[in-house]
Amino acid sequence: MAKKEYAFYPGCSSQLKASASNYLTSVSSMCKTLDVKLTEIPDWNCCGASIGYAEGGELPRIAINARNFALAETHLPGQDIVATCAACWLGARESKDRLDASSTLMKETNEALAAAGLHYKAEVKIRHMVEVLIEDFGYDELKKPMKKSLEGVKFAGYVGCQTNRPFGIDGESFENPKYLDKLVETLGGEPVEHYDQKVTCCGGALAFSEPEKSQKQIRDIVESAYDHGAEMIVTPCPLCQANVEVYQSEINKKQGTQFNMPVLYYSQLMTVAYGGSMKDAGLDGQLIRAEKLEVITKK
Amino acid sequence: MSDHNSQAVARYRNNFLKEVEERVEEGEWVKMCMQCGVCAGSCPFGAHWQHSPQKLFMMIRAGKREEVLTSDSMWMCTSCYNCVVRCPRQLPITHIMHGLASYAHRLGIAPKGQPTREFAKIFWDNLAKKGRVNELKLTLSLYFKDGLVSGIKTAMGMQSIGLGMVKAKRLNPMEIFGGHGLKDLKGFHAILAKAREIEDKRKGLT
Amino acid sequence: MAEMKTAAYICAGCGLGDKLDIAQMEKIAQKEGKMQLVRRHDFLCSTEGVELIRKDIATEGVSHVVIAACSRRAKTEAFDFPTVAMSRANLREGVIWVVAEGEAHDEVRQEMANDYLRMGCAELKKMKLPEGNPNKAGNKRILVVGGGMAGMTAALESAETGYEVVLVEKAGQLGGWAARLWRRVPFKQPYDKPQETGAAQLAAKVSGHPKIRVHLNSTLAETSGAPGRFKVQIAQESGAVSEEEVGAIIQASGFSSYDPARLPELGGGLANVIDQAGLEDLASSANGAPIKRSDGREVKSVVFVQCAGQRDDTGTHLSYCSGHCCATSIKQAMYFKDANPDVDTVIMYTDLRVPGMGEDFYRSAQEKGVIFTKGKVAKVESATDGLKVNFRDLILDEDVAIETDLVVLATGQVPNSGVNIDLPDEDEGKAKQVSILNLNYRQGKDLPQLVHGLADSHFICFPYETRRTGIYAAGPVRRPMDMLQATEDAAGAALKAIQAVENADAGRAAHPRVGDLSYPIVRLEGCTQCKRCTVECPFGAIDEDERRFPVFNESRCRRCGTCMGACPVRVISFENYSVDTVGNQIKAVDIPDEFSERPRILILACENDAYPALDMAGLAHHVYSAFVRAIPVRCLGSVNAIWITDALNSGYDGVMMMGCKHGDNYQCHFVKGSELANYRMSKIDDTLKQLGLEVERVASYEVAITDNARVAALINDYVAKIVEIGMSPMKGFG
Repeated sequence: MAKKEYAFYPGCSSQLKASASNYLTSVSSMCKTLDVKLTEIPDWNCCGASIGYAEGGELPRIAINARNFALAETHLPGQDIVATCAACWLGARESKDRLDASSTLMKETNEALAAAGLHYKAEVKIRHMVEVLIEDFGYDELKKPMKKSLEGVKFAGYVGCQTNRPFGIDGESFENPKYLDKLVETLGGEPVEHYDQKVTCCGGALAFSEPEKSQKQIRDIVESAYDHGAEMIVTPCPLCQANVEVYQSEINKKQGTQFNMPVLYYSQLMTVAYGGSMKDAGLDGQLIRAEKLEVITKK
Repeated sequence: MSDHNSQAVARYRNNFLKEVEERVEEGEWVKMCMQCGVCAGSCPFGAHWQHSPQKLFMMIRAGKREEVLTSDSMWMCTSCYNCVVRCPRQLPITHIMHGLASYAHRLGIAPKGQPTREFAKIFWDNLAKKGRVNELKLTLSLYFKDGLVSGIKTAMGMQSIGLGMVKAKRLNPMEIFGGHGLKDLKGFHAILAKAREIEDKRKGLT
Repeated sequence: MAEMKTAAYICAGCGLGDKLDIAQMEKIAQKEGKMQLVRRHDFLCSTEGVELIRKDIATEGVSHVVIAACSRRAKTEAFDFPTVAMSRANLREGVIWVVAEGEAHDEVRQEMANDYLRMGCAELKKMKLPEGNPNKAGNKRILVVGGGMAGMTAALESAETGYEVVLVEKAGQLGGWAARLWRRVPFKQPYDKPQETGAAQLAAKVSGHPKIRVHLNSTLAETSGAPGRFKVQIAQESGAVSEEEVGAIIQASGFSSYDPARLPELGGGLANVIDQAGLEDLASSANGAPIKRSDGREVKSVVFVQCAGQRDDTGTHLSYCSGHCCATSIKQAMYFKDANPDVDTVIMYTDLRVPGMGEDFYRSAQEKGVIFTKGKVAKVESATDGLKVNFRDLILDEDVAIETDLVVLATGQVPNSGVNIDLPDEDEGKAKQVSILNLNYRQGKDLPQLVHGLADSHFICFPYETRRTGIYAAGPVRRPMDMLQATEDAAGAALKAIQAVENADAGRAAHPRVGDLSYPIVRLEGCTQCKRCTVECPFGAIDEDERRFPVFNESRCRRCGTCMGACPVRVISFENYSVDTVGNQIKAVDIPDEFSERPRILILACENDAYPALDMAGLAHHVYSAFVRAIPVRCLGSVNAIWITDALNSGYDGVMMMGCKHGDNYQCHFVKGSELANYRMSKIDDTLKQLGLEVERVASYEVAITDNARVAALINDYVAKIVEIGMSPMKGFG
């Protein structure tokens, strides 16, 4: 298969030694196997995330996203922007949609970009890594490089919010998206059926500002995974991953639960199935170790 | 009352709906709500709100300016977009909530000490400074936002998590001395400043 | 009539030959059924099988045919022999598809098949080939009563189809409500703003149509006759009366607006509190400019109060929703917004209902800035310069008040349906009941009503139909509706009227037995003038002469047989459906003795719903007891009590009556048939006690067409109950 090339938008949390650095590690390994070349958008900036709204306002948020688009159009012409972070993808896509829909916004944004000598031409497409996998490869293609099966491991596919709403992956439903389950099945693992917290919000950025309310959400998400017999949770979103993994110990402490559920990225599962090492898959970056996967990497 | 706020009151008198339509992000959608209440039933933090989006929209139409802008409710939005995808009228409810919060914040009449309001400001300041988010500084600013003593308490409480993240190479203690940043920081700041200037002018907030 | 020659054709296809002893059945047809010709065929509905029957009819002089094969509802196109009388023995859906599989059931299965064959032969011998109503009449003109939107449309649709029309309008001009509106709710694209009513153009078209004769300032002084031969006396305001003869009637007499004076709590009677019709007048005088109140002041704010005197659960006002008022208020709010966007327009509703394309219209109003407030108005009172509306905000859950220049009450539609012939004193918002049709029928002057003064017909299954054959209701007299629905209604009613005149001309029945050539025949010499038939006929088809004998107006008859069921002396019959055709079937069944442990249960099943449900139970292979013998009846109303007593006397162990749902939400195709049957059967307990039988031996059920699984369960439960009670002690006496 010919090499596929994309303009990569890793986002703040996937940087080296940031909270989702293991996401970046596993994505790199996965892309190597799939012969995908990711070129970082030079000098990319933060998307503003959803929480940026209060202080950031409307145009500043759109303008900083447009800065990334303009940089990609200039330096990586013809390549789709691919984000791995749910919030980056959402922030970018939303900005692009708003710009496409309003000539006023487009004009104002380019006026702002001109302050840094940039111009957005509205040519670039914004995509999530999951879209690349499903649309540009497809489950059958993704199966081909498999070296190991994830047989015997039960995963709760936790899709969360922002890769699911308001855009979502084409052809999936908002209430019960299936792509993570299909991906798990493709890799030989067992998706748990009827996982009812699949699209529940983890609290998002409010995990910091409203910890108790968010931890109630997280508790539901983890508890239901246990109830449905899952051994691990798999997710496409860095904030979901962090919130659901990191706060389990807090919840245990406060509420007397005994949660110890590993929370992984789909890219980590794929790296393991493609024969990657523990390190390739970023499994050493888990706060809650995914022992069953570690065993598979050593097989 | 801040200057912006008194000016707005004088300008729109009792037509709060018009004020929202002109000054709040996606505010022109408020009149399209058909009061079904699906948003209220779809919100993950629904139990913690005093006013559901449905109620806020009704209050806007009824001209309850003060009650709406000082409400704590829109600050509860986790940006999960559940209301957006379920709204039969396809109102961008998440954005309207953001817009209302942001407008109230801008006028200076949003609830003081509202934790999400504080965090949102810290977050934006953090990213605006270097163009990318510095997670360690973000976390520390958050813990110390209420002062040194309570900050140390919170930080100690979360210490095991922090250390775990450092050990897992997912939190960089060296970031306190700088960390990631843009090369063209000057250009980035220029864009932000210009964008803010244009938007303020359009919304009459200069 | 030529000599009767009978023939039975037994099919061995569809598995009948495998499951049944066909040779044995051939003998039964010959010996017991006394069929002159008996033939077996392996595929009777094939071209070859049908040809066999045709040939016998043509060359052997066969005049009466039994088809022992599938249900009478199956293969009707193949088994279509219009020149002979025909009965069908249902061996497929009625026997082999419902009796349990396996050898253990071979005997009861065969018994069941044999009985159905015997019944088919017995029925056949009492049947005659229907020849059609001899009192048919062929006037094909259509009378339209009412010159509003529905009436004008019905007249035009009929005329354009080629039928002459007489239109009678009470007012001095055509147009009705539509002519009074400034604009109408959008009825074609784009659905975002009020549109021209087009009433004047339509009126001009109707007045100028060569096939339409319009009588203005006129009402009906008397209506007599039947489809194909109605006579109407048209009385002019001046007093002059003229007579017209017509074949069918469309009643489009419309509605009156509920009187706002009955709503003092909503400000009814106060200055600047008006109803929707009142606002149309203000809008018409403004002619597109900003709307002014009656005191000449320009309106700067207006509140529309929805459901004013409607959807009322206290019993004081209209209990129903009139359907159009939400869209009408939206339209009227746009009158204000389109003339001056700064006018505050508030629509206060509890539930906003905009059917059809109304959702687009609603959205458009929101875009124009009309404010929709979910609230319940408590009181409207006078204030300085205007009015104060006190209401409960149902979203914010608080009592609030707003001041406004004008209040518009969305009051409802009260149908102009004339006199309530069942309850002449009932009054739902009507001033004085004035007859519209002035029918000289024995049962009363106007169309029978169901509820709220609306003409009685099934709103969903049989719109436009009424309980007076050849008279069709269109528009808000039938149910509350908007103008677009009324025009659609008018086209539907016009088609029904056209069918009616054509059927009347051919001597055939109208809905629901469309095309039926049989008609009620009465043997007057046996009649005791008891009047049951004239009172009970759901369609008022039977009048009385001066000696109180019934006068059958065949063209008004729907052929349900309710009169036949009612007649205590059994003098009413149809050529192919009579007390004898059914009675003979009941008697033809072979009743095993008391010790056989094989009870026999008679099922009398309505052919409209219950019998199809039984067939579909077969199609779905829901197993039920082989002890039942089902006979289809035209309607449970046609069941004569003699059938029940005959069955019990001849040793049946039980009788199941299956008919349609009755009551306000009835599903009876003849409206009142199943209700009457139910009433009659409520009195059968005494008869049973006189016979020394348990009351459980006669049971009534409401069965819907979808009840195929349920009907099998009902049968099995009932058979189990009969087994528990024990066999009938009457066996061997019949």
